[in-house]
Amino acid sequence: MNIEVRTAAPGPRPKPGRRARPEHHTGWSIGDRVGLAAAWAAGISLCVVAAVIVLFMAWKGLQFLHLDMLTSSPEASMDQSKSGGFLDPLVGTLLLTVIGIAIAVPVGVGIAVWLTEYGKPAGLARLVESGVEVVAGTPSIVLAIFGLLVFQQGFMGIFSFTAAGGAVFGRSFIAAGSMMALIALPLVIGSTREALNSIPRHVREASYALGKDRASTIRRVLLPSARSGIATGATLGMGRICGDTAIVVVLLGASMQTTPESGPLGLLRGTGSTLTSYVYNNSPAGEGNAPDKAYAAAFVLLMIVLLLNFVVGLIGKRNKPQWN
Amino acid sequence: MELKEEGARTGDGPAAEVPPLRRIVVESETVPIRVGDYAGPPDPEYGKEPWQLAAGLDGEPTWIEERMRTEGLSIAYGDKRAVKDVSIEVNSGEVLALIGPSGCGKTTLLRSLNRLVELTPAAKRTGRIILDDQDVDSFDVTHLRSRVGMLFQQPNPFPMSIFDNVAYGLRERGSKKPRRRQLEPIVVDALERAGLWDEVSSNLNHPALALSGGQQQRLCIARSLAVSPEVLLLDEPCSALDPISTGIIEETIVELRSEVAIVIVTHNLQQAARIADRVAFMYLGDMVESGPAGQVFGAPREARTQEYVGGGFG
Amino acid sequence: MEAATLTEAPARATLGRDRTDRRVELLLGALASTILLLIAGMILFVLIKALPSFTHNGLAWFGAGGSVDDQLMNIFNSPADPADYVYKLRAWPLLYATALITGVAVFVSVVFSVLSGIFIVEFAPDRLRRVIEPVVKLLAAVPSVIYGLIGILVVVPWVADHLISEDRKASVAYVIQLDGTSILVGIFILTIMICPIMIAIIVDALRSVPEKWVEGAAALGVNRWRAMRTVSLRAIRPAIVAALVLATARALGEAIMLSMVAGSVGFAPNPLDGITFLFEPARPLASTIVDNSEGLSVVPFGQTMYAFAAILLISSAFLSFAGWAARKSFSRYTLGAR
Repeated sequence: MNIEVRTAAPGPRPKPGRRARPEHHTGWSIGDRVGLAAAWAAGISLCVVAAVIVLFMAWKGLQFLHLDMLTSSPEASMDQSKSGGFLDPLVGTLLLTVIGIAIAVPVGVGIAVWLTEYGKPAGLARLVESGVEVVAGTPSIVLAIFGLLVFQQGFMGIFSFTAAGGAVFGRSFIAAGSMMALIALPLVIGSTREALNSIPRHVREASYALGKDRASTIRRVLLPSARSGIATGATLGMGRICGDTAIVVVLLGASMQTTPESGPLGLLRGTGSTLTSYVYNNSPAGEGNAPDKAYAAAFVLLMIVLLLNFVVGLIGKRNKPQWN
Repeated sequence: MELKEEGARTGDGPAAEVPPLRRIVVESETVPIRVGDYAGPPDPEYGKEPWQLAAGLDGEPTWIEERMRTEGLSIAYGDKRAVKDVSIEVNSGEVLALIGPSGCGKTTLLRSLNRLVELTPAAKRTGRIILDDQDVDSFDVTHLRSRVGMLFQQPNPFPMSIFDNVAYGLRERGSKKPRRRQLEPIVVDALERAGLWDEVSSNLNHPALALSGGQQQRLCIARSLAVSPEVLLLDEPCSALDPISTGIIEETIVELRSEVAIVIVTHNLQQAARIADRVAFMYLGDMVESGPAGQVFGAPREARTQEYVGGGFG
Repeated sequence: MEAATLTEAPARATLGRDRTDRRVELLLGALASTILLLIAGMILFVLIKALPSFTHNGLAWFGAGGSVDDQLMNIFNSPADPADYVYKLRAWPLLYATALITGVAVFVSVVFSVLSGIFIVEFAPDRLRRVIEPVVKLLAAVPSVIYGLIGILVVVPWVADHLISEDRKASVAYVIQLDGTSILVGIFILTIMICPIMIAIIVDALRSVPEKWVEGAAALGVNRWRAMRTVSLRAIRPAIVAALVLATARALGEAIMLSMVAGSVGFAPNPLDGITFLFEPARPLASTIVDNSEGLSVVPFGQTMYAFAAILLISSAFLSFAGWAARKSFSRYTLGAR
């Protein structure tokens, strides 16, 4: 049989390996193996350290925590068995958290809405953005003594104890709470912005098409949709507030018991303590030196943080498949 | 036997158009050309090598040699069997197209050829895959993958410069990192073979992600070619591209087939007809029919193939 | 004219609404601007308050000389007359402690966190991964005072009893007392504290690396480790920088925990002491402020503390800026692909 080849003949038969193949060095080089081993070592030690911390705190906490500690006030005593419980610090933590979040959430949501929905002039928006970042990066001890400076001004006298001569003490729940709001603020702004940014453009356009203006679109459509983002930010913020010590030590006064001032805002103007300052004070570094109490309070604090963490996870899980 | 060109088109018609069907109707029942029909100069090594002469694309005789084959290959994701008992060979010198409706297992089959399917934890494979007479399970998986390259549905250049993308496979598979001077000829060669060199020669250090979709996909071809694979697996490489880029890539594939064995998964029957020498039709995990493109498209043996192909060609 | 009335008519209908919209925009814009005012006020207030300490000492403020704790004591005990205020301060030991503890802890943490992040995302068995991820998130939220408590009650005594021999204690007894509170423990606890923060960010970032890049690398015959290192880690460099900045800011500002475990002594540990160096105490700036918060009302002493705060404030602002610049430089090849 003959075949007629119209186009070119197939040419000479190709030789196997006609293209010089570079030598294959695949597989794992020594460097790769070392890297892999290091990753495993890091991972395993992470697990070990994490387990040790969690189990140790649980053990110490359950060992020293008694329920009556949650319901009795601290007493000044060198004897650990007589130094009372930490009702006041617990209330202090809750109070500070409430004050801080009550300020941080409206302000943070407002700023986040302005940044994502308006953001004009662009230069100002960029400045505000970096401003938020600066606040996030500022050590809380610096915020604390800045707060002290502000609240010790004469006109701030209404917010804290004022001595007869007019000297303003500058330390109170209100003072500490407003500085706490500052450390929660970047978290609230961050997750609110993230939530707002994840709302697709067509949702806004649908609202405008219905004749709504931007303000009511924000109020009726965007903010409800961003609710879980705001809640996440607020919860993260609560975690930070609960855990901060520097602001409490500087701005809440040194008393372990909650000490209200006179007047209608007495409690807010007064001083007190939180779980963090209680732990600090009862550690060997503080004045009280009652390590058992410190462990118990730290355990309670840890439980609060764990709860907040759990809430964040819950919010995140429940609201995942929002926009497709 | 007479070969007659059909639909051969010269320069007329808008350049933007997809290349015309370049298939050649072979007016004879016996399509494969037997070994020995080649009338060229005598080859002293004739018979010693596994190369065979076959009718390739356009009916042109081409040299083919078996590179890979599967033997009773089955793949299951948990309870779901995606590929059932498939045996097929992949030859260098020709383009093998896997066609079939969505979810028929063709992509799974393709991804098993370089064991990429193992990245999916639930996947289980039975049956053998042979590369150059060796079971692929006997290879180091990275070695296998550097011999069996792959191109994905979405162009996936790395977030690096064009040069670094092409050089990536060469740099990152050994313990010694080659110098840029050593890599340059290989990178240039790979870009030339992928048909991208003319467009990027002046800006090799530009970010690869700034390229257009079609250019990105050709960059990915160049990236695969740079490691000199013997087999190139293409997973619907044009599905994310516009017709012009598709045409350019198809041309590149046709040119490459003399150097590497090419397996392409495609939804697009016209595309398979344009570029494939051999076609395998899969349906619900079964390999229904495979054979020369002319036969599968022109005179399918199986009713299911007839139905599918008939729908595609109307 | 006609055209003008035509376009005006519908405009008038929505005028009232536009005005509320405009008002909301202005209100929110003003709110956002207050944060700038606040920062400007903070920097200004703190700097003004800090100025006397800097002007009285000049550049020597940053230098070494004498015992910084004695100097602080003298400042605290200044005479009441403003003309006689004492300001002499050589803050080097505190600056050095801040830089040393932060630097070493952050460096160790970056390496450790990147490795752990890779482990969690790529190599950890599924069951372990499901446990370790929430635990890391929890550890990232644990208040520093708890780390401090564990440090001072567990780690410090252990170091004092098992790592520091009597001979070693005696060898430096004429300068400093080694009681376990040391830069070693400070760095160790600080590392444990900031690692979870970085790991959480790195894990999230590694998760968001497009699958196609990882597959593309695998398809080229590159092993998992290399693919991770050369593609995924490259892609998440901005996130690593963000984590680095956040962790450094936390480390720089950590006051309570370090004052508990690092000794709270204004001492500059001497690397020439060999291993002993690690067991020497120190006190960074932030701890110094919190330890002395009761004395803030003594004017020159307060001013000195604000000088420390100013240094911290400037460093952290500079840190945010450096992080921003670094992230910007990485975005060249990523082009918003993520």
